[in-house]
Amino acid sequence: MSDKDTIEVAEATPEVQQPYKELGLTQDEYQKIRDILGRRPTAAELALYSVMWSEHCSYKSSKVHLRNLAPDADQARHLLAGIGANAGVVDIGQGYAVTFKIESHNHPSFVEPHQGAATGIGGIVRDILAMGARPIAVMDALRFGPADAHDTARVLPGVVSGISFYGNCLGLPNIGGELAFDPSYAGNPLVNALCVGLMKHDDLMSAVATGTGNKVVLFGSRTGPDGVGGASVLASATFGEDGGRAAKRPSVQVGDPFMEKLLVECCLELFAAGLIEGIQDLGAAGVACATTELSAGGDGGMLVDMDAIPLRDPNLTPAEILMSESQERMMAVVTPANVAAFLDVCRKWDVEAVVIGEVTADGLLTMTWRGTTVVKIPPRTAADGPVYQRPLVRPDGLDGVLASGPESLARPAGGPALGDTLLTLLGSPGLADKRWVTQQYDSRVRGNTVLAMPEDGGLVRVDEETGLGIALATDGNGRYCSLDPYQGTQLALAEAYRNVVMTGATPAAVTNCLNFGSPEDPAVMWQLAEAVRGLADGCKTLGVPVTGGNVSLYNQTGATAIHPTPVIGVLGIHADVSKRLAAGFAADGAEVVLLGTTREEFGGSAWADVVHQHLGGRPPAVDLEAERKLAALVIAASAAGVLASAHDVSDGGLAIALAEACMQGGRGCAVTLPGDPFTALFSESSARALVSVVPGREAEFAALARQHGVPATVLGVTAGDTLSVEGTFEIPVTKLTSVWTATLPAIFG
Amino acid sequence: MPDVRIGVVTFPGSLDDTDAARAARYAGAEPVRLWHADRDLRGVDAVILPGGFSYGDYLRCGAIARFSPVMGELVPAAKAGLPVLGICNGFQILCEAHLLPGALARNAGLRFIHADVALTVANAATPWTAGFASDQRLTVPIKNGEGAYVADQATLDELERTGRVVVTYSDGALNGSARDIAGICNAEGNVLGLMPHPEHAIDPLTGPSADGLGFFTSIVGALTGAGVAR
Repeated sequence: MSDKDTIEVAEATPEVQQPYKELGLTQDEYQKIRDILGRRPTAAELALYSVMWSEHCSYKSSKVHLRNLAPDADQARHLLAGIGANAGVVDIGQGYAVTFKIESHNHPSFVEPHQGAATGIGGIVRDILAMGARPIAVMDALRFGPADAHDTARVLPGVVSGISFYGNCLGLPNIGGELAFDPSYAGNPLVNALCVGLMKHDDLMSAVATGTGNKVVLFGSRTGPDGVGGASVLASATFGEDGGRAAKRPSVQVGDPFMEKLLVECCLELFAAGLIEGIQDLGAAGVACATTELSAGGDGGMLVDMDAIPLRDPNLTPAEILMSESQERMMAVVTPANVAAFLDVCRKWDVEAVVIGEVTADGLLTMTWRGTTVVKIPPRTAADGPVYQRPLVRPDGLDGVLASGPESLARPAGGPALGDTLLTLLGSPGLADKRWVTQQYDSRVRGNTVLAMPEDGGLVRVDEETGLGIALATDGNGRYCSLDPYQGTQLALAEAYRNVVMTGATPAAVTNCLNFGSPEDPAVMWQLAEAVRGLADGCKTLGVPVTGGNVSLYNQTGATAIHPTPVIGVLGIHADVSKRLAAGFAADGAEVVLLGTTREEFGGSAWADVVHQHLGGRPPAVDLEAERKLAALVIAASAAGVLASAHDVSDGGLAIALAEACMQGGRGCAVTLPGDPFTALFSESSARALVSVVPGREAEFAALARQHGVPATVLGVTAGDTLSVEGTFEIPVTKLTSVWTATLPAIFG
Repeated sequence: MPDVRIGVVTFPGSLDDTDAARAARYAGAEPVRLWHADRDLRGVDAVILPGGFSYGDYLRCGAIARFSPVMGELVPAAKAGLPVLGICNGFQILCEAHLLPGALARNAGLRFIHADVALTVANAATPWTAGFASDQRLTVPIKNGEGAYVADQATLDELERTGRVVVTYSDGALNGSARDIAGICNAEGNVLGLMPHPEHAIDPLTGPSADGLGFFTSIVGALTGAGVAR
């Protein structure tokens, strides 16, 4: 690519062959760029369009479906900003607002696990910061190939060390997430990072460049040759059958969490001093994205002097400067009068800041370099990108998978076999103790973490005086979604919703990270469309808005896609965190109650997977009305102080929920199961929870359950140090714990 | 009784400064924020160097922080008797500044470890521990990547013999610390370095216990002469 390719040269040499395919553009897209500009693009313009029109940045395949997620008036009643901004903003009361979002960093984390995962945290944190919020917590939802697979030993420890390195050094508590294993992720691990930020209502910032003559300031790290094309050639392409990892390694960014910490504190001081008119983080597509989005969102014009951009490598071409995804950079629009004060704050925090351009009235994004003009485009044409209505086809063979249900699988017969099945599930990598991972994360920094892993949801105090707090959970289940993406997505939504409720919080908003295979495969597009439809319908029924999200496509190797894996994050508002509920049995002599209805539902279950490596049949039924009733009951009972513990019943069924409640509470229980013990123990029917009641408040709770229309089955009482299931098995809690805690250390050292 | 003013230093990359200030407040003191670039201790009665990754700690932990302007004031003040508590990164900085002997090395196992651990107060006669009973057990979190205390044998013997091992890990050191050392003080007892984080154990709502608050109430008691000898 020539570095002397000015717009004059481009006009004079229409015949020059340009590497649009190598940059990830189709011939049609390339022609469209030529049509827009009325000439061939310069090398720099081609680079800019290629990253802006990448699947990762433009959402060109998913956009037509994502429109269905727009909240209706009822859902939007607590929103201060919705989808379209960097992240939605939710009013949580008392003058506070929170913004949260989950994003993928899947491809980079496979190519270079440590840096890929680290910069995933860094990127989502800057997104939240750009809204004017102080980032206050992170979570991570991780999915890998089989735990004992050779490559998992490379990817998992690297990903965890990257999250640990970046998040801990940045000083954000990691309050939860997920860890799952499945062969479908062996060549395409999923690394989804969530960040939540807190602000006062008046602090909301916007990503627009308005006010002709206002200055554009680039601040933070210098621009280097790392992450060039991360959004296009890395994130928006499949891996070849050979993996093809090594060749893509230079497209992975390198993180500096210390610089990010300085950038966070610097930005917050700039916000507080009122020195910023508009701000945008630099993530995917770097300077190209920040300049086009700021100008497209504002008055439409910007003049950028590329020579002013501080570089780590003076040999970078304009195209490379535009495409670089060097981390820890932000771009702000500042009035001329405020520039000196702005630069002073940056100097205090040792953050390099340079005026690189200004807002213009000509509606064009113009960039000069070494005395020549190398970019001159209408910015909206780059920011909006193409929109595709890709073909959808229900996958061949799905009917066969649905017909091959779990009914024929051999079930454990008799008490000891049921006990052994519990221990087998408890020791399986997906259900085992995750401390090998979470022990590497700081969940305590900032001193407001009330609940963190292994609890159902994370809970962070927002106000020390009033006890106001926010709860967060993420959930996804690729197995359910591969059987039925509509229903599977609603199950993930319901589980995250329920997990937030288990802390005593009221769900208020939803974010999502849609991880799928190639959109060029009609079967994958059908899965995506079904998942989005399921999420949209589910959120309407639950009365919660989707406030933002991220789509990660091309998660496939060769022709083999991952399980469709929408990961759903739910945020809840907790009125008084001192009344929080935890999963563990917290008191002796407490009545143990199962809430909800258990049906014989084993399609896609943990039991079918762990014991039989079977995936077929229907996933559990979704009953969102039942979820709403369960939520109302648990929230009311928690506020009334009637409950001693509350735990979601999901993967592995009641058996796993009982075992976890015993282990986390450090005490046993004696229970009697209703109906068929196998179904009672291992079915994964949704809209269920396991609670224990404060001794002496049993009648009050039973009345509350009746009042809310939630079936409540008294199973027994907490006592002793053994999990005893009447007439079935008795397992000491110490035995449960030793099985549960042994698995991951045995695999990962 | 005049308010006790406890300074909390913020270096670039300090992370637990807010927590340390909150702990000081819970103990009844007035927290005073001190900035790394200021040669000014603002007349405080005691200083906390908080946890974090000062200057990114890409070099040896604390190696750059020890040269910051505020340390130019703090080192002579500490030598003159000003009570100083360094927590985690603060402990590393105190070692780098030679206010405490030894150093903190990479954890055994080479991974960052965050866990709630049992501690034993081995010396309850320092101004930072006087509110505890001797041999009192505490539950306090550790969270560090380079928390293994190391020193030569003679130094370790000397520390143990003279009561300068102030806190130990009751059930063994997850991070491989020599002789299960979790915290040591200088010969005068006014400078304490702790690898565990007492500021994260000041309220059972947000920590594993409120045991850590004792370090902060101890110093407030010592400074107000509430029956504690310096």
